[in-house]
Amino acid sequence: MCLGVPGKVITVKDDWIAEVDISGVVIDVGLQFTPEAKVGDYVLVHTGYAMHVMDEAEAMETLKLLEEMGAAAELPDGQIS
Amino acid sequence: MVKYLSEFRDPDLAAGILRRLAKVSTRPVSFMEVCGTHTVSISKNGLRQAVPENIRLLSGPGCPVCVTANADIDKMIAIAAQPDVILTTFGDMIKVPGSYSSLAKEKATGSDIRIVYSTRDAVKLAQENPDKRVVFYGVGFETTTPTVAMSILDAQQKNVSNYSVLSVHKVVPPAMKALLDLGEVTLDGFICPGHVSVVIGTRPYEFIPRDYGIPCVVTGFEPLDILEGILMLVEQVERGEAKVENAYKRLVTTEGNEIAMETIHKVFEPGDADWRGIGVIPGSGLNIREEFADFDAARLFAEVEVPPVKEHKGCRCGEVLRGVIYPYDCGLFGKACVPEHPIGPCMVSGEGSCAAYYRYDEKPRTGA
Repeated sequence: MCLGVPGKVITVKDDWIAEVDISGVVIDVGLQFTPEAKVGDYVLVHTGYAMHVMDEAEAMETLKLLEEMGAAAELPDGQIS
Repeated sequence: MVKYLSEFRDPDLAAGILRRLAKVSTRPVSFMEVCGTHTVSISKNGLRQAVPENIRLLSGPGCPVCVTANADIDKMIAIAAQPDVILTTFGDMIKVPGSYSSLAKEKATGSDIRIVYSTRDAVKLAQENPDKRVVFYGVGFETTTPTVAMSILDAQQKNVSNYSVLSVHKVVPPAMKALLDLGEVTLDGFICPGHVSVVIGTRPYEFIPRDYGIPCVVTGFEPLDILEGILMLVEQVERGEAKVENAYKRLVTTEGNEIAMETIHKVFEPGDADWRGIGVIPGSGLNIREEFADFDAARLFAEVEVPPVKEHKGCRCGEVLRGVIYPYDCGLFGKACVPEHPIGPCMVSGEGSCAAYYRYDEKPRTGA
């Protein structure tokens, strides 16, 4: 039930509503909880509301960390910090 | 593939984390996830079997539908049968049996029950049907609650007087505390819910390492998110540490979504809630404040008679929800109780542990 999906803000309309593109499907999403969201942002959508604006820098940082982690695990025993 | 989903499903990166897990994990550990979306993702991606043998992944009370007590379902069914009522709810709740019936069965026999995608749709339905009483059945954890609170504020602002909410909402951290206090399962770490934490932040879990010495990691729902969370828990255990860590920084902050939290507190106040399998947990529920009494279905329909509660014989959903047994350990699992003919809520709901294990987990690991 707590499922949320990332979507891209396409337009910001009146009355706290934005059009958000989720996998090519555009739906109306409430922005009351994320007034800072702007066109081009990725937001986490849950039951028709944006619950958070995606921190894209953190997303990239996490992926980079995971790549390094996997590479490190290929080293011989004893070399993992 | 959607951006910010497919990247976190990369099988090569997953293999790298699994290799690292195998190297750093030296002792037997049990971690529990307390979010139904985690349960499904772990099962669907085969992570329960993919992690090293010494890491056991247990499922806790993470499915809001499953932890809804029969009494609360019975009450909703009774309200749905009242004259001029249109009952609205999210799809998850519709098939879950109460003591004698389910909303799906009631719908088939004449009650006006409608599935909505958003609480906005329920308020709109009330505006379009001024001669009806539109009741929203509010089930869910902190991810969902702000949107329900918002619907009440919205209805008040727009003078929609025929809209009300029956709040069966629950909050997660008190349930984690209740599980630890019961002491039935020995846990070495919690995989904390990702989207609940988007709203509440990471701070509300701090009592767990502090008071119980158990590590907590908040993480997301893609395979890489979950594996990273498991690795962070293992590393804490191996270092002898216990703290709250965040593996979902792209969406979760320490403070959470403060506007969403303010919205919850404006409309709701803490109350006790009855959890299936656990019982009443103090402070784990959310009641609608007196100020919004006109939108509170619990008050508006207080006189509606509800039949006495009956539990389902042989169903061990309670023990499954507490992580005391694996779904396979229930005698009904996969025999009398399957998704097509479910007996307990954990087999009905798409996010129920029994349904997830039945659909996806090939190799049972018995003896939780």
